[in-house]
Amino acid sequence: MKVSLGWLAEFVSIPWSARELGDRLTMSGFELESLAAAAPEFGDVVVASIVSVQPVPYSDRLQVCRVTVRADDAVGELQVVCGAANARAGLRTALARVGATLPRDVVIKSARVRGVESQGMLCSAQELGLLDSSDGILELPADSPLGMPLRQYLRADDSIIELNVTPNRGDAMSMVGVAREVAAMQGFALLAPVQAAVTSAATDVKYTVTRREVAACPRFVSRVIRRVSNRGATPIEIRERLRRAGVRSISPIVDVTNYVLLEYGQPMHAYDLAKLQGPIEVRLARPREPFTLLDGRDVELDPDMLVIADAAGPIGLAGVMGGARTAVSAATTDVLFEVAYFSPQAIAGRGRRLGLVTDASQRFERGVDPAGQLRATERATQLLLAITGGEAGPVQIDASVDHLPQRKPISLRRARLAMLLGRSVADAQVVKTLESLGMAVMAVADGWQVQAPSWRFDLSIEADLIEEVARVVGYDQFEEASPRGARALGQLPEAASSEREALQLLAARGYQEVITFAFVDPALQTQLFPDLAAPVLANPIASDLAAMRVSLWPGLLAVARENQRRQHERVRIVELGAGFRKSGATVTETELISGLGVGPRLPEQWGSGPGATVDFFDTKADVMALLASTGDLAGFEFRPASVACLHPGRTAEILRHGRRVGLVGELHPRLARELDITGSPILFELEIQPALKRRLAAFAEISRFPSVRRDLAVVVDENVALSALRERVVLSASSLLREFLVFDLYRGPGIETGRKSIALGLIFQEKTRTLTDADADNAMAAIRADLSAALGATFRE
Amino acid sequence: MSSLEQLTSAALDEIAAAASLAALDDVRVRLLGKKGALTEQLKSLGGLPATERRDAGARINASKEQLQTAIETRRASLEAAAIDARLAAERIDVSLPGRGEVRGGLHPVTQVRHRIESLFRRAGYDVATGPEIEDDFHNFEALNIPADHPARAMHDTFYFGDGSLLRTHTSPVQIRAMLKSQLPLAIIAPGRVYRCDYDLTHTPMFHQVEGLLVDEGVSFANLKATLHQFMEAFFERDLSMRLRPSYFPFTEPSAEVDISCVFCGGAGCRVCKHTGWLEVAGCGMVHPNVFKACDIDSERYSGFAFGFGIERLTMLRYGVNDLRLFFDNDLRFLAQFHAG
Repeated sequence: MKVSLGWLAEFVSIPWSARELGDRLTMSGFELESLAAAAPEFGDVVVASIVSVQPVPYSDRLQVCRVTVRADDAVGELQVVCGAANARAGLRTALARVGATLPRDVVIKSARVRGVESQGMLCSAQELGLLDSSDGILELPADSPLGMPLRQYLRADDSIIELNVTPNRGDAMSMVGVAREVAAMQGFALLAPVQAAVTSAATDVKYTVTRREVAACPRFVSRVIRRVSNRGATPIEIRERLRRAGVRSISPIVDVTNYVLLEYGQPMHAYDLAKLQGPIEVRLARPREPFTLLDGRDVELDPDMLVIADAAGPIGLAGVMGGARTAVSAATTDVLFEVAYFSPQAIAGRGRRLGLVTDASQRFERGVDPAGQLRATERATQLLLAITGGEAGPVQIDASVDHLPQRKPISLRRARLAMLLGRSVADAQVVKTLESLGMAVMAVADGWQVQAPSWRFDLSIEADLIEEVARVVGYDQFEEASPRGARALGQLPEAASSEREALQLLAARGYQEVITFAFVDPALQTQLFPDLAAPVLANPIASDLAAMRVSLWPGLLAVARENQRRQHERVRIVELGAGFRKSGATVTETELISGLGVGPRLPEQWGSGPGATVDFFDTKADVMALLASTGDLAGFEFRPASVACLHPGRTAEILRHGRRVGLVGELHPRLARELDITGSPILFELEIQPALKRRLAAFAEISRFPSVRRDLAVVVDENVALSALRERVVLSASSLLREFLVFDLYRGPGIETGRKSIALGLIFQEKTRTLTDADADNAMAAIRADLSAALGATFRE
Repeated sequence: MSSLEQLTSAALDEIAAAASLAALDDVRVRLLGKKGALTEQLKSLGGLPATERRDAGARINASKEQLQTAIETRRASLEAAAIDARLAAERIDVSLPGRGEVRGGLHPVTQVRHRIESLFRRAGYDVATGPEIEDDFHNFEALNIPADHPARAMHDTFYFGDGSLLRTHTSPVQIRAMLKSQLPLAIIAPGRVYRCDYDLTHTPMFHQVEGLLVDEGVSFANLKATLHQFMEAFFERDLSMRLRPSYFPFTEPSAEVDISCVFCGGAGCRVCKHTGWLEVAGCGMVHPNVFKACDIDSERYSGFAFGFGIERLTMLRYGVNDLRLFFDNDLRFLAQFHAG
């Protein structure tokens, strides 16, 4: 919220500079967001009057203005050429005299324009740096003092502080509200501004209002004002204040309502009385009820939205925005003011649903002072009559006091305050602080009974009061103190998987951890995982970030591609994060660790020729290194699997004791091409919990007897997997077999097409005795016989 | 000069002249081998009269020892020369790079997260986690943010069709921990969070750490001390810290946490927008309504909670000037953090 200090000073003394005030407000909960001058530097611009206007020959729009800065002084008249359409005889405006400096380093010189001498410039608000755009030269009131420096006349040597008001402090969204805080900072309570009632001139003029929703609208104050003129200009002081608050001047009637909103924090609305059809009521909208907003937008309302309506339908979305049909215009002569109290629950969120956040809705949903409607009505009436003339009808109050918010007394205990803040606060300081914020404080045995003022919606429990005391006393007034005592030892489950160690292990093996968004392009994801359903966001930030990832692969593939575009031939990346899957109405969220390798097996280096590229087995080794950290490597199995996005012949599912815990495989070449990825990335993904949970180490006796190694070259059909071979060997070798190694795989001369030779190293050992050659020979014979019979194996010597 | 003396003298010359271990061995065989010259002399002793035999034997043995010593010396010298020659030939350029795999590394956000976890673990905090797809109760209701509360506008929430949502902060982990754990309770909850906002200074996913301490007698003074100690430990320097009153629905009192700017020391610079302060966290005393939602007696227990963005701390720690770099995953950027 923007606060002009000149305006604020009407309500409270300010013993500080603008900067210091801003810093103090920051430290009491109203963060200073910016500090600016009300007007940029300009000098020697004065109030002047246009005496006469003549067209400049051969020009469409230029006029020669005779201008004076002193009454009845024809001698001191100056001649100024001006292109503004609103330059006219009798107008008082801003004259920059020769030698004057304007913003953006403009210096006014005397000049000849189309052969006509010009001794200065008549200025617009834009040229003076007051507005970003403006239409014509500044129009000043007829009684503005000629010759007075404009800065002085506009009180332009003012500062604007912009404050961030937190959502709990709707009461501070006004000049009076900020003034209350500034007063409390000085130790006194702001007295409520006195607002005299305006005597009604036309006592018979009333408008019938029916409140159908008494809880949502406990008070509705209305007043008819007749015979106003909305054609004139709003006085410059009001327009300047609105401008400094960031509000555009529209017309006298609208400006008055905005002025009162800014001053007292009470939103109000003015209807053109001539456009109202029949009595008005406060009711809920009908389902999908159509309504045209003040800004011309057509919306459909929901049945939980409160409206003000006449016989022809809604004329205002309560507490948010009025309607176009009954809006005031330049032609308006009679208005109906609406000054209501709507309960925050009835307003909150309604405007936002229609994309509307207005000055009114922001205040109503945070809470407007329920006691402020009458005062605001009188203030608006007084201002409007002073500007436009007219006759005010009587104030009409329609209220049900029982529905207004009740502020119950709150207990504040001395001991609780001291415990929560870590030190006690002197009684007198507590009382003074709360009273300076408008609270009624009564001492009781263990502390105080406190009555919060009507405008404070954020005070309902003891902790709220403790915060108020701490905030006004100053958070810096409370010392730091370490929490007491040691806590009981927590748990440290040894079997828990360590994500940190998994990442570090892969980092040591050349992987770079990356972090990608958890939402991905649904089209890409469907391309990769046509069979899996993902939770989809209702309001994604972009359509290509709409689906939750079912796997980390979409993110990794995108990172690989982007880095290939950045000329990284070799990419080894890993990510740790959640994958999300949807099955019916159930969503499961699983922590995954996934990796991708593509490009040369090793970084380019001397001493080894152009190396091979990463293949399935390189990545499998990385995966096995991870799995080995479980201490349960023997519990894992790699089995051929079929996954849509992977190469059908180069994909394994990873099983742990029969349960699938992950996948490793080469990206399907078709997808590599479609995704514009160079090479053949190898991907892996493990579910962290089942895959990396550790088995506790268990000691087993080490044999003291020598082992015997026998090698065997087994020739089998291509389709016989090593796992099958191993299974047969383990079965037939009995308990003597300690180790099973593969040291060669051969195809070529000497081996029939369609078959392959696998060289095995078999190591035998007994725990209790030294093996004899005969033991090993017997075992080998059994293995050979079994492999021949079961797998059709032959043997190479 | 006797023939033995002549033989010995000639042999010593030969030994000295032997240019290789092989040549030296030839010399040794010719002199001391089974048919060597000196061996023959020893064999010929038998033909001498007994009176001369002893004397001659002694002389021959003396020569033999002399020659053996000479051969050993020469051998040692030739061996040393051979090693020297080999070493000279085997010299390598030690400035050539090593071979094999090079180290990768962890993402800077992860490194900072680990550092934060380690610091709080030292103070007895456990690390807690929770789901990223949350329900309204844990993300909002239990944190004292009812539907249509204006504070919800502070959280630009991603929703799913069924009303579930992506957590907007890691605070729901607080609720889960308080609902299931014994008191006293000290946790931090690091993790990914989501807000519907994407510009120069916001990414729709980022990382937060939430901290919570619940015990009897926990005070605002404890909160201040804990945060100040953490900030100084994290940045490894003395820092000023100030708490500014603020508003979070789930704490009362609430505060924003500023530390003196780590770039200019508080003098004012571009990073701190010339204020000398950096906003780094939000915090407060747990709101009684939050305790109520978790069935905790707020008369007996009190607690504090705090939360900060990991990216923010990472940027300040390493001087990173653009948040979006963390999610671009450019390997050149990430490699700058390989020390960890």
